[in-house]
Amino acid sequence: MNFAFSEEQEELRRSVRRFLEDKSPVTEVRRLMETTEGYDPKVWAQMANELGLQSLHIPEAYGGQGFSFVELVVVLEEMGRALLCAPFFSTVCLAANAVLNAATEEQKQALLPGITSGETIATLAFTEPSGKWDANGITMEATPDGSGGYTLDGTKMFVLDGHVANLIVVAARAAGTGGTEGISFFTVPGDAAGLTRTALPTMDQTRKQAKLEFSGVKAELLGEAGAGWAALSKTLDQVAVCLAAEQVGGAQRCLDMSVEYAKVRIQFGRPIGSFQAIKHKCADMLLEVESSKSAAYYAGWAAAEDNDELPVVASLAKSYCSEAYFHAAAENIQIHGGIGFTWEHDAHLYFKRAKSSEILFGDPTYHRELLAQRIGI
Amino acid sequence: MDFRDTPEEAAFRDEVRTWLSENLVGEFARIGGGRGTADEEHWDLRMEWERKLGGAGWIGLSWPTEYGGRGATFSEQAIFNEEYVKANAPGRITFFGEGLLGPTLVALGTEAQKQRFLPPILKAAELWCQGYSEPDAGSDLANVRTRAVLDGDEWVITGQKVWTTFAHHADWCFVITRTDFDAPAHQGISYILVPMRQPGVTYRPLRQMTGAGEFNEVFFDEARTPVDMVVGEVNGGWKTAMTTLGFERGTAFLSMQLAFEREWRNVADMARKNGAADDPVIRDRLAKAYAGVRIMAYNGMRMQTALAKTGKVGPEASIGKLYWSTWHRSLGELAMDILGPAGQIVPAAGGGEYVLDDLQRSYMFSRSETIYAGSSEIQKNIIGERVLGLPREPR
Repeated sequence: MNFAFSEEQEELRRSVRRFLEDKSPVTEVRRLMETTEGYDPKVWAQMANELGLQSLHIPEAYGGQGFSFVELVVVLEEMGRALLCAPFFSTVCLAANAVLNAATEEQKQALLPGITSGETIATLAFTEPSGKWDANGITMEATPDGSGGYTLDGTKMFVLDGHVANLIVVAARAAGTGGTEGISFFTVPGDAAGLTRTALPTMDQTRKQAKLEFSGVKAELLGEAGAGWAALSKTLDQVAVCLAAEQVGGAQRCLDMSVEYAKVRIQFGRPIGSFQAIKHKCADMLLEVESSKSAAYYAGWAAAEDNDELPVVASLAKSYCSEAYFHAAAENIQIHGGIGFTWEHDAHLYFKRAKSSEILFGDPTYHRELLAQRIGI
Repeated sequence: MDFRDTPEEAAFRDEVRTWLSENLVGEFARIGGGRGTADEEHWDLRMEWERKLGGAGWIGLSWPTEYGGRGATFSEQAIFNEEYVKANAPGRITFFGEGLLGPTLVALGTEAQKQRFLPPILKAAELWCQGYSEPDAGSDLANVRTRAVLDGDEWVITGQKVWTTFAHHADWCFVITRTDFDAPAHQGISYILVPMRQPGVTYRPLRQMTGAGEFNEVFFDEARTPVDMVVGEVNGGWKTAMTTLGFERGTAFLSMQLAFEREWRNVADMARKNGAADDPVIRDRLAKAYAGVRIMAYNGMRMQTALAKTGKVGPEASIGKLYWSTWHRSLGELAMDILGPAGQIVPAAGGGEYVLDDLQRSYMFSRSETIYAGSSEIQKNIIGERVLGLPREPR
């Protein structure tokens, strides 16, 4: 048993941190969050060309580097810490994993090299206006067009980076099916005829979302017809792990900000961190941040191994890390007092990211119900 | 990162399993796992089991071989603990010697002290108790008033200790005493080993809210012990005391996680049986408790890996103690909510005595766990000051 990152993985962390400190300082985060696109294409290209981040966990057969979810967890933790504004989560965690889980060999060969090279920005569209994260949320129907293709009609909501993606992986179902039956994946180019994309003004401006309206959009089946749920369910487990890792990085940053401030802010003639009321808040945050790391790292290993534990630990990690991040982000504002409530201070950026991350792909209550089912309660 | 056994670990695990399957039979197998370090049920049988464990070399596994240990790695110790709990083997009695004093002596004891005291711990031939808290020294442990005065070649000890688990069974006590009355609080303390079976030592059980009386008050009235029974420096006992506490808050409790997970299972079974598991709020709390106990295991494995690399527990160990005691307390509360009205009734098996069933007992006993071995508030001070580097409270 060995529960530690290797020296190579620690080196990866250091180089990603250096890169993000350089390319994604908070001034850049604030600049990009005000834009509709929400990312810097130059930095996106550097991520692919200089660090190979988009290709990290994709098998070498598809132009990737063949590392595992453990390395991906390290990278995501750093991105969460830096609040990186880029379509990384949508492209790599959502779309690439969906393709890896669902596509035929030929389709993987066709789609993944574009992702690994940084040319393709991709996303996964499965949630609809109902805001449900489970199979029942998918009501969009795919209609066979009689010549091997399909047409899609309906609306997808809360699609991460859906307005800038040039490859959209869509989950839809066959007419007359319900629940986990009849679900298939499709691919649609971002500029497809009949597709209307609307960027949504997001509460968390560092993570962009879009509404995608499909009206007779031609789509290509990805993988096997009607067998999409298993692949989607697995993708969502992997995505939960990825998000948990991002949350860990954000939560640690909130704790760091709180502790730094508590050491220097003087009230009643002494640093506020010397008061137990503040000290104990920080201690509670540390306990939760450290526990989040344990959960997210362990879940990353289960995802890397692709073992039977993944569904359980994915929901476990997502539910725990969501609450830990939110708690850390909220306490960070409280510890900073009035300054923490201003637009100028960065605390609100984390507070908003914490809430959007908590909601995305199922909030803690949702994941605890999944967890309960998965452990036989 | 890899959570599978290495080939060496797998071989060791096999050895443990084989021994347990051959020896944990008959009456020993019927006793079942313990209910915490202060549990006294089936005492004589469990002592016999401890001697069997000692005879087979399973006590003090990780201690150096020159003192009779096996020099096992941390991971082997953890594997032994895992298999031990999985086999539902009897709750351990030798905790205070094996888990606390032994490692302290290995770290700070004189050669003579190691030779004298470690072998009897390994054979379960001598039992220990811990003389820390006093009526006026709880969280403020450095306020101890028990005095030790040198009289020729003996220390003469006078004072009162409290919350002393197993005082009535113990042969020896490691006692924190004041030996310099003029020095600042932390600098006048000595850590002294005192025989319990002498006229100067008396004790009285303290009845707890559970109805049981596992803790004691211990009175030293000119009790005597040889001059060379000080562990660490005379007046430097605070460091020794903190070393012991580091073990108590850290490694000693790594093995508790599996027992807690078993307890979670019992609570979940109860919820399935009485229908509480259909309630969405109860389901949420059960899932949260499960996540909590699994994360306790992950935290433990991270700590174990760090230990294997650096060989030490640091103040981070305080996170573990704060974590498990808080978790266990909330599991107890959940258990009572699942029991519902039935939880109000004390089992008839007590024959009219106030004897709780396991879930009720856990609900009650867990209130002590956020207090002993450094209360949660003290743990948070330690985390804040020593891990996060926040300024100390002005004193």
